[in-house]
Amino acid sequence: MSLYNVFNIAGTGMSAQSVRLNTTASNIANANTVSSSVDETYRARHPVFAAELTKAATEQQGESVGVAVKGIVESDDPLKIEYSPNHPMADKDGYIYKPNVNVMEEMANMISASRTYQTNVQVADAAKSMLQKTISLGQR
Amino acid sequence: MAINFDKAFGVHQHTMLIRSKRAEVLSSNIANADTPNYKAKDIDFAQMMKKAQGQQSQGQMYITHERHFKIPSVGQSDTLYTVPNQPDTGDGNTVDVQLERNKFIENSMEYQASVNFLGGKIRGLKKALSGQ
Repeated sequence: MSLYNVFNIAGTGMSAQSVRLNTTASNIANANTVSSSVDETYRARHPVFAAELTKAATEQQGESVGVAVKGIVESDDPLKIEYSPNHPMADKDGYIYKPNVNVMEEMANMISASRTYQTNVQVADAAKSMLQKTISLGQR
Repeated sequence: MAINFDKAFGVHQHTMLIRSKRAEVLSSNIANADTPNYKAKDIDFAQMMKKAQGQQSQGQMYITHERHFKIPSVGQSDTLYTVPNQPDTGDGNTVDVQLERNKFIENSMEYQASVNFLGGKIRGLKKALSGQ
C-alpha cells in the first residue's frame, strides 16, 4: 500500500536533513578553529543529496523516490590566512590558518534544513492520520 | 439480491487508491526538496480516475497473448512532471516546498473525505444486514 511508502520516503528526507544539520553544526562549531598549517585546517563540509534509486530496477521507476546522502564533500574555498605572530598556533613565518566556513551561509543552511525536516515530519504525521482513519473504516 | 461490493462502494474505492498514490508522489517531492536535478512530479487525477472507472465498467483486462498490449493499471504510470512556476533556481531542482505541502494537505483532506464516504456506505450496508 502506497501510504506506507510515505513513511519510508519522509524518513529518508528526515535522515538526510539531519545529516545536513549535523554538518552545519560541525561547520559552525569549527568556524574559529585555528591551525598552524594548510593541511590541518578544518574545511567546511556539505552533504551531497541524490534521489534514492533503489526502486529504479523495479517497475515503479521514476514514480516516487526517497532521498539519499551520496557523501560529504569538503569545500575547496580558500582558507583564511592571518598574520598573527603572537598567536601560540602561529607557524614559523607567523601565520595562522582559519577554516573556510562561511557562517552566514551555514545559518541559512541550518534554517533551510530544519524547515525541510519539519515539513517531512508533518508529512509523516498526515500519512499517519490518513492510515488511522482507514484502519477504523466502517467500525462505527 | 446479492450485495455487489464493487457497485456499493462506487467510485470511492478508486479515489482512495489514487489519493494514496498521490500522497506517495508528493511526499517524495518534499523529501527531495534539496536534491539537485530532482524534478517535481504529480499525478493526473482526472486521467487516472477515467482509467479506474473504465476498468470498473468493463472489468479487468488480461493479457492472454504475447501480442496483446499492456494497459497500465491504477497506481502505475500517469505520473507527470509539474511545470515549475519559477525559472531554474540554480541546481536544476523544480520542487516548490510550500506548494507541495499545500498539495499534500489538500490531498490528505480529500483522502479523508473519501474514507468518510466509504464509511457511510459500509454503515448503510451494515444497517441493511442487521435489519434494524
